[in-house]
Amino acid sequence: MHYLFKAASAVIITFVIIAGIGIPMVQGNHGFFEFPFIPGLEEKARNIFFHVPIAWATTLAFIMSMIYGIQYLRKQDIEYDLRSVSSAGIGMILCVLATVTGAVWAKFNWGAFWNWDPREVSIFILLLIYGAYFVLRSAIDEDGKRAKLSSAYSIIAGITVPFFIFVMPRLMGGLHPGSAGDESGKGPVLELKMSGMMLVVFFSSLIGFTILYFWMYSVKLRANRIEHQLKSQE
Amino acid sequence: MRAIGLSSYYVLVKEIASELRTRYALNALLMFVVTTLSVIVFSLGSEHVPYEIYCGTLWVIIFFSAMSGLSRTFVTEEERGTTLLLQLITSSNSVLLGKLFYNVILNFAITLITAIAYLILFNDFVVRTYSIFWLTLLLGSVGLASASTILAAIVAKANSKGTLFPVLAFPVLVPILLTAIKATILSVEGGMFNEAFPDFQVLISFTIVIIAVSFLLFDFVWKD
Repeated sequence: MHYLFKAASAVIITFVIIAGIGIPMVQGNHGFFEFPFIPGLEEKARNIFFHVPIAWATTLAFIMSMIYGIQYLRKQDIEYDLRSVSSAGIGMILCVLATVTGAVWAKFNWGAFWNWDPREVSIFILLLIYGAYFVLRSAIDEDGKRAKLSSAYSIIAGITVPFFIFVMPRLMGGLHPGSAGDESGKGPVLELKMSGMMLVVFFSSLIGFTILYFWMYSVKLRANRIEHQLKSQE
Repeated sequence: MRAIGLSSYYVLVKEIASELRTRYALNALLMFVVTTLSVIVFSLGSEHVPYEIYCGTLWVIIFFSAMSGLSRTFVTEEERGTTLLLQLITSSNSVLLGKLFYNVILNFAITLITAIAYLILFNDFVVRTYSIFWLTLLLGSVGLASASTILAAIVAKANSKGTLFPVLAFPVLVPILLTAIKATILSVEGGMFNEAFPDFQVLISFTIVIIAVSFLLFDFVWKD
């Protein structure tokens, strides 16, 4: 089962890298195996195959972490805390990757790596929240207490996230699609005029990064279980 | 319901009584506000800076005074070892409600003092729409206090209490700070009251959500 996960995500992500970078962009009429040339985005549009799926996997990881945190508070079983912290750890890595890919895109589209656009503020705050989460965990020695307090904190911090994702970009003008100045006003989801082939690559990338997240998460979870067992044997 | 109201009232009375006995938090916070204000006055000198800077620094002072004062309600219980007593004699909801009210009162008092000192000290800081200004201060400080209360309860159980509190609180409080700064800038620019309405909506909804989650989670945090 684990090999299936690994192989599937390797195959899909390899396909996404090759297709996303290799397929030519043409102006005007384009065939199925070509990408349309979007004015304003141009070749930079290829980043959408990496930035958006990674950001999606980050969201998934943090939501899973929060759900397992709630489960811990309900059932008081340390297994749920191990799941919660494993998912948060993977989410942290993915969040850094989403920030980096976003910053590179911002450099070439908006002129600077960091513009304090509302969306950039929100991902920065997300990094701060989970940074604080791990600091809080390291400040408590006892297992049960640490699990309880850190899940409580992740829930409190988690409920502020909708304010960043849905409320703040509407209030403050910004550059990212979905901001107050954006005339399409479709919200945080990108409404790109994607062609058929682009959609194929985009959705296989979404699936690929989701599987990658689950595989990394299961590896991390097994490592954490062993670590916890070794500690309780001492 | 009535029992919770009454017992949380007694928790509030107990907080105020123990505060008035030493006046530690009040004095420390006042001195904190005076110190930071004088730092800002010295660093600005007789320069003319944009009004946005004043609005920003006003909320910086309010934020850091909240950070240094509001964690005390729960930390002192742990230090004096009175947590168990409170757990025995009253329900956790009334503890949270009483301490929430205490923090709101304390934080709003400090916010008012800071704002009045600001209006007196800085000639460039002229508020044109006072209704927006006072309402922002009220809603902002209530939001800050309510989010700080539940976080203070978490921090009180951890090891390094002093440094941990601002680290935990800052990401949670950012929506309040950004919105409050934006509304304060609007009040200085002389915007109409209904222009600030979306900001007030954000502040009120944030406060309600945080308080609701506090009541759901407090039982887990408070009882070991």
